[in-house]
Amino acid sequence: MSHAETMLPALPPPPEALKRYTFSRLLGRALLGVWLAASVGIFLFAADSWSPEKFAKYGPSFLSGLRVTLTLVAISIVLGGILSLPIAYGRMTKNKVLSWIAYGYVYFFRGTPLITQLFLVYYGLGSFRPYLEAVGLWSLFKDAWFCALFTFTLNTAAYQAEILRGAIESVPRGQHEGAAALGLPKRVAFFKIILPQAMIVALRPYGNEIILMIKGSAIVAIVTVFDLMGETRRAFSRTYDFQMYLWAAVLYLIMVEILRNLWAWIETRLTRHLKR
Amino acid sequence: MQAAFAALSSIVSWFASMIDPMCGPIGIFRLFAQDTLLACGDTGWGDEIAYGFMITASLAICTLPIGLFFGFFIALAKQSEEKSLRLATNIYTTIFRGLPELLTLFIVYYGLQIVAQQVMAAIGYEGQVEINAFIAGMIALGVVFSAYCSEVLLSAFKAISRGQYEAGDALGLHRGKTMRLIILPQLVRIALPGLGNLWMALLKDTALVSVIGLPDILRQTGIAARVTKNAFEFFSIACLLFLILAMLSSLVFSALERWTKRSETVR
Repeated sequence: MSHAETMLPALPPPPEALKRYTFSRLLGRALLGVWLAASVGIFLFAADSWSPEKFAKYGPSFLSGLRVTLTLVAISIVLGGILSLPIAYGRMTKNKVLSWIAYGYVYFFRGTPLITQLFLVYYGLGSFRPYLEAVGLWSLFKDAWFCALFTFTLNTAAYQAEILRGAIESVPRGQHEGAAALGLPKRVAFFKIILPQAMIVALRPYGNEIILMIKGSAIVAIVTVFDLMGETRRAFSRTYDFQMYLWAAVLYLIMVEILRNLWAWIETRLTRHLKR
Repeated sequence: MQAAFAALSSIVSWFASMIDPMCGPIGIFRLFAQDTLLACGDTGWGDEIAYGFMITASLAICTLPIGLFFGFFIALAKQSEEKSLRLATNIYTTIFRGLPELLTLFIVYYGLQIVAQQVMAAIGYEGQVEINAFIAGMIALGVVFSAYCSEVLLSAFKAISRGQYEAGDALGLHRGKTMRLIILPQLVRIALPGLGNLWMALLKDTALVSVIGLPDILRQTGIAARVTKNAFEFFSIACLLFLILAMLSSLVFSALERWTKRSETVR
């Protein structure tokens, strides 16, 4: 057996391999350059037509528009969530009539554009004015804000019902059978075993639905509700300054990104028992 | 040569008018709605609405290949080893998935107008530059579609195991050939349900283009509603037409899905 008598002197690290200048490297740099140029260009454009009066005049109205958008989305998501419960029940029940009604409802609201539904409610219900006046609902339905809320609630209820149904049906059969084997009543099994697991599955689609509603709510500007988009359009029509749209874009992006990151945080927090 | 083209185009338009499902000789409006508001010709709104239907369908169909093409290359860029390429494409998807489609449309429509105006002014043309609403809609919807499409394709790419690429290498196939012969067929099969959802979303988003003046279903029915004061009927028809489009495309997609799964054994 031989053994080392002297230690080898430490060698300098080998020279770093020269990174080849590949096509994708070139393309990546070029595209980043395009983004940089675009943001500098937009910044210069905004700085060029910037004026404190305009900011003082339209800044507060942008904020009030933001408030309108957020209230509209928040209320319709909550009301839609409540309305989605019977629809989801209808979709899953064995009763043929109920399940067909629920299916038709969901198919209609998911198959047609939100803007068409909004027009149908806002302009279309005007045809039924005498009847609506007779039942005292006309003062509600002549208000564009209420029409938007009504449409959004019906629309998001259809989507949320599908999310709920998909989540509940995604819980494996074994969970039902396990609960039955433990002698739990059906109700307890549903609320204590099925629903908590389903809600974890439904979490991400619910977040996507809220984001879709925030984005979709921009169309209320067309029926004269002054939400963020409406305020932007008003400001643009008064000033012909294109940067109004850019500010709206920034605000929408901030809203969506905050929500997306919040949802990612909630999801990692709630599923930490599933991590291995 | 020119005469031949003219003859060909007249034959094509005659054929199109024969099989027109709404106002053709055997169209539904012609057969069932001749004496109503939906009559074809000058007495009713049937032909206007049929034209809007064609515009909506052709806008969606024209946008699809553009979105798919760019979405595919963005998905490729997103899984590249190059950091800057990934960053650049992630910025793109973050922006265009986060913006409302309506706002994207306005930004493209008015922004392009400003840019085109300045470019034309630079080469010495002083006049009003109008951007075609169809083109603006195609660009805006295509951009949004490609952003979503790249995410769908990216997750489909991730579902294909490394072994498939290695098998391609082992067979001595060129990288492009591996992609075309081995990866793409599987990619289409995996991504088809997601792409179907995106197509439905695209179909619904085309309704937004009516806001910038494209005579699509919604705009034509809106004009009819304003003139005749029968708003509920006409907007119901608009909803019905969109539902018909949705049903047609779900038929096509289920057929496509069966076709892509033809190699799988029947269990």
